[in-house]
Amino acid sequence: MEDFLKEYLPILVFLGIAGVVAGGAVVASYIVAPQRPDAEKDSAYECGFEAFEDTRTHFDIRFYLVAILFIIFDLEVAFLFPWAMALGKIGLFGFWSMMVFLGILTVGFVYEWKKGALEWE
Amino acid sequence: MRRIAEGKAGGVAPGQECFIIGGGEGVVVHAVVFYVFAAIAIAGAVQVISARNPVHSVLFLVLVFFNAAGLFLLLGAEFLAMILVIVYVGAVAVLFLFVVMMLDINTLRLREGFLQYLPLGGLVGVILLAELTAVIGGWVFVPDVEEALQTGGTAAMSGITNTEALGRVLYTDYVYLFQASGLVLLVAMVGSIMLTLRTRPDVRRQIIARQLERTKANSLKVRKVPTGGGV
Repeated sequence: MEDFLKEYLPILVFLGIAGVVAGGAVVASYIVAPQRPDAEKDSAYECGFEAFEDTRTHFDIRFYLVAILFIIFDLEVAFLFPWAMALGKIGLFGFWSMMVFLGILTVGFVYEWKKGALEWE
Repeated sequence: MRRIAEGKAGGVAPGQECFIIGGGEGVVVHAVVFYVFAAIAIAGAVQVISARNPVHSVLFLVLVFFNAAGLFLLLGAEFLAMILVIVYVGAVAVLFLFVVMMLDINTLRLREGFLQYLPLGGLVGVILLAELTAVIGGWVFVPDVEEALQTGGTAAMSGITNTEALGRVLYTDYVYLFQASGLVLLVAMVGSIMLTLRTRPDVRRQIIARQLERTKANSLKVRKVPTGGGV
């Protein structure tokens, strides 16, 4: 238990350094840089214009479709990791159970390919 | 609660060694890291529901996911921690961001319905609180539950990693659940395509087969133009 957590210690150190560097940049620029704000400096700058509208406009639904298809194949790959590690122990049955799983998802993949969901127009 | 705990305690073989956390500095570091992760996770969760900008809420949700992954790691669930980062942070949070951007929510209008949904939300909160109280109560009243959880959970699989332990049972002992998850993913795939895909007739698509079909004979015509006559 403790042993495997020790392997993650460098990541923890890295997280600490990242936090210090990121926080340090913000704090240092706040302290070091002279701050003399006025109305013109604080106003929105967008190529000389005031902002026309909110940034939150309606997206094309296609972004959502691509994202959800990505999640599904992401999960499929996530299932492959433990399978690859334990393949020597689970034998032929484990191998074929994964092949059936991949086959099911390949049906979906062929469906979306033929349906044209992967094309962007 | 009590019965489950006793059942697990009874399942421990007599000679089996119970997991004991080693003394010294490791425990202190472990505890400090746990409290830091837990504190950031709770602070982030509070920000998720109280931030004015929904996009900020989603970003705080990502922070909560990261800290939850850290907590999983401390529990010894390596695979779950990595999956949390890959799937939730990498994919689900991005999807939430899309949805939040797409819905074009007016925050002020959202606040108006707050009192209307308070009873239902409050009910869910009370149920969760009751369940957590039951868990903590079980912890307090059954002293050996901690021991039982540690031996019943992961300690039996010594010498192999968490991911490999999962792999040994997931594809053989739990094959039906595994295949069912594949079918769920297939349904999600087909459903999302059915719901969102619409072909637009006015778009000019690239059809590679037709491009390749073109030859000099059916696309190029050489004409003799008489001087001053035009085509």
